[in-house]
Amino acid sequence: MSTTNGMIGKSVKRVEDKRFITGKGRYTDDIVLPLQTYASFVRSPYAHAKILGVDLEVAKAMPGVVVIYTGADVAAINGVPCGWQVNFKNGDTMKEPKHALLVEDKARYVGDAVAVVIAETREQAKDAAQMVLVDYEELPVTVDAAESVKPEAPLVHDLAPKNICFDWELGNPKEEVDQALADAAHITTLEFVNQRMVANAIEPRSYNAAYDAVSEKYTLYTSTQNPHVIRLLMCAFVLGIPEHKVRVVGPDVGGGFGSKIFHYPEEALLTWATKNINRPIKWTAERTESFITDAHGRDHVTKAEMGFDTTGKILGLRVKTYANLGAYLSTFGPCVPTYLHGTLLQGLYTTPKINVDVTGVFTNTTPVDAYRGAGRPEATYLLERLMDLAAHEMEMDPAELRLRNFIPPFDGVEQPGYQTQVALQYDSGNYEGVLTKGLEMLGYKGFRQKQQEASQNGKLLGVGFSTYIEACGIAPSAVVGSLGARAGLFEVGQVRVQPTGKVSVFTGSHAHGQGHETTFAQVVASKLGIPMEDIDIVHGDTDSVAFGMGTYGSRSLAVGGSAIIRSLEKIIEKGKKIAAHRLEANADDMEFEHGQFTVKGTDKSVSFGDVALTAYVPHIYPKDLEPGLDFSSFYDPANFTYPFGCHIAVVEVEKDTGKVVLQRFIAVDDVGNIINPMIVEGQIHGGVAQGVGQALFEGAEYDSNGQLTNATYMDYCMPRADDFPLFETATQVTPCPHNPLGVKGAGEAGTIGSTPAVVNAVIDALWSGGHQVKDIRMPLTSERVWRAMQTPVNE
Amino acid sequence: MQIRVKVNGVDYTHEIEPRLLLVHYLREFLHLTGTHVGCDTSICGACTVQVNSKPTKSCTIFAVQANGCEILTVEGLAPNGELHVLQEGFKEMHGLQCGFCTPGILMTMTDYLKNNPNPSEEDIRHALKGHLCRCTGYQNIVKSVQYAAAKIGSKEEVPA
Repeated sequence: MSTTNGMIGKSVKRVEDKRFITGKGRYTDDIVLPLQTYASFVRSPYAHAKILGVDLEVAKAMPGVVVIYTGADVAAINGVPCGWQVNFKNGDTMKEPKHALLVEDKARYVGDAVAVVIAETREQAKDAAQMVLVDYEELPVTVDAAESVKPEAPLVHDLAPKNICFDWELGNPKEEVDQALADAAHITTLEFVNQRMVANAIEPRSYNAAYDAVSEKYTLYTSTQNPHVIRLLMCAFVLGIPEHKVRVVGPDVGGGFGSKIFHYPEEALLTWATKNINRPIKWTAERTESFITDAHGRDHVTKAEMGFDTTGKILGLRVKTYANLGAYLSTFGPCVPTYLHGTLLQGLYTTPKINVDVTGVFTNTTPVDAYRGAGRPEATYLLERLMDLAAHEMEMDPAELRLRNFIPPFDGVEQPGYQTQVALQYDSGNYEGVLTKGLEMLGYKGFRQKQQEASQNGKLLGVGFSTYIEACGIAPSAVVGSLGARAGLFEVGQVRVQPTGKVSVFTGSHAHGQGHETTFAQVVASKLGIPMEDIDIVHGDTDSVAFGMGTYGSRSLAVGGSAIIRSLEKIIEKGKKIAAHRLEANADDMEFEHGQFTVKGTDKSVSFGDVALTAYVPHIYPKDLEPGLDFSSFYDPANFTYPFGCHIAVVEVEKDTGKVVLQRFIAVDDVGNIINPMIVEGQIHGGVAQGVGQALFEGAEYDSNGQLTNATYMDYCMPRADDFPLFETATQVTPCPHNPLGVKGAGEAGTIGSTPAVVNAVIDALWSGGHQVKDIRMPLTSERVWRAMQTPVNE
Repeated sequence: MQIRVKVNGVDYTHEIEPRLLLVHYLREFLHLTGTHVGCDTSICGACTVQVNSKPTKSCTIFAVQANGCEILTVEGLAPNGELHVLQEGFKEMHGLQCGFCTPGILMTMTDYLKNNPNPSEEDIRHALKGHLCRCTGYQNIVKSVQYAAAKIGSKEEVPA
């Protein structure tokens, strides 16, 4: 792609900042509509209970109450759907219990909504909700994924025996992997938990639904990552209302990290209810409410075994995972531990035999779905923990062990993409490059000596490595369709040139912090040779933007940006015809550069602005060409994209307390071509912070009664500014061969690579002090690290 | 109960419930929605405003407790459209992504810089402890504050 006016690769300051730094952002809770009412939910305080009755007598009579709905009122309405079907190995359909808007007979997790009060004010709704009397009969509870499949475990759904939603397998046949491991000189085994995480976007979920009886149109404002998806799912699968009569708007969204992808019951419920009462209804989650009702992430119980020959070459990988899906299927729940996790178990390595077996399990907990990285952090954690541990066990250098097993470099153009044992074909890669750079930034040569000296001085210094690859730029529709996805994963980009040459771009992507209004404008400015100020990026409104799939899975530039490129190409092609006609030349003889259409080899040219005006004032104009300069493109990617990198953590562990201090964090990431280095770096910072958060601070803790015991910011340890050193970041560029921008996506890479690097560093520190610990359960609190030092054998 | 407050230089009088939190008064009665609610245990700092020049988490006090006070919210930081140097710093150093935590941090750190014109990186990180950000990993927030400190101190170097 030709680069004009230098906008590609430039750290342009963000155009969206102005409204945010002056307090003029418009988040969903900021919106108040005429005749606004407010909703407050009555939620089960029990993880598993029969609902014997709901008494509304007192609540109904309270001041300001407009109406109260219970499960009985919505029983005839479909529940929220699951967008991905993962079947059993024997072909049986996955178990898909109804995920009702309000439950009637049973509550299956703490937070399951039993009733909703709609009142004149927020306080009145909450006051009345507290007076709704629900008669519960407690039932036995099951919370752990591996425990819930045992015969004695209570059943969450009658239709799912043993609480199994699906069982799934990928890779080479088990017998081949068993044989490979049997032949191995050394096997490293890890049984570990990738703990449940809470996304915790600082803006809680918020919705505001309104209905206009005259036009019979609905409007739903929702703090979502994908307004069109919400509209489709809600209209077609839940409420049965006409899609063209519903406008869904995602205003400014205060962070998502995956948790705002899904179609939640509250969205449909408010949209249904607003028509009944003919007044807008607003709901904003309180933080604890958000903790227990926003989809959680991760929660895998895994046993992984990697076999090596005597030289450290990997012979095989065998993985068994129990994936906790929670009490109901969230929109993309089933695909995360399967098609986004199992498919990444090749890692950067030439492992010849891989088998991954995943059981999806229902439990009495909050539904689990994608959280920054969605399956790829789980796969990377598994692989990279095994590699560092294997290096320790085999007394090999962890960097050397990786180099020995890396897939050699390939660009996907001269050299073919790399076909893995687990379905995916990687697009392009240079894995040695990122590791070499990372080691250089670390100063690895001197490190082991420093470590030894530190140990002699009573300090435990550790270094941990993580060389990761991930699959994003989600996704080729036909591929995911064949794997059970119930949606396409293309993206739409419309470029509308106005008569005065100003450009409006309508994108199905929907930023919630990623800066698309700037980066997409950079792409357009570069291609058309016009200033950024002449470009407006419109997103988040189903009334303005054609059907798109939204922002998650690090897809916005790779897929959304590509759609825009296709439309820009159409604009330029038509522009050439218009210009040629004006200049009395052949369209084939036209060139377009720096905003000028020029007849090749001459100085006869006409500007983009001129051509734009001509398109709308078509006086001197080709007879067979329509007026206007406005094109839409739907881009369906040819493949996933595969960013990769090397993350290295350096920690110091206090012997007496087990306290871990993260001293250094090095991130070398290859996300393909970079449009705005400042924004990519920001994404890496934020991603790494969340990955480190999982390693050292965070984790949703359920007790055996199914109570989320840390459902506030006082109890769930969110990382803070003084928990981090300055991250040392660098990039390498191996372009993506299959999209016009050559980009791979950068939104999740930081989170995917970082967690195992930190845990590996702590384990390395402990080994340097003589504690040959195999695993410490995340988060690595000082207590857990201290205990690990007291008991050398992995518990 | 009646309260009288001056917010961003403008006087207001309202009849409100005693239990109304200051943050809800600002957002719902004055439609100053730049101040945000991010949690319910006064940890996240998104609700921070200045009450009588003191950074205050507005979810931790009732509006009636602010009776007779002067309040500054993020909307009051750039009264004539000219950005406060810290706001400028956030823009120059990419100190925000989704923007939800940003107003609160601005209200804390504009005050902090008045009293700490030459803070170290460690000082800044410590000063940010009352704020949660989920997007930035805090690094560019630190750089934004350093930018502002440098400009205020009229130093020639601005952090890279």
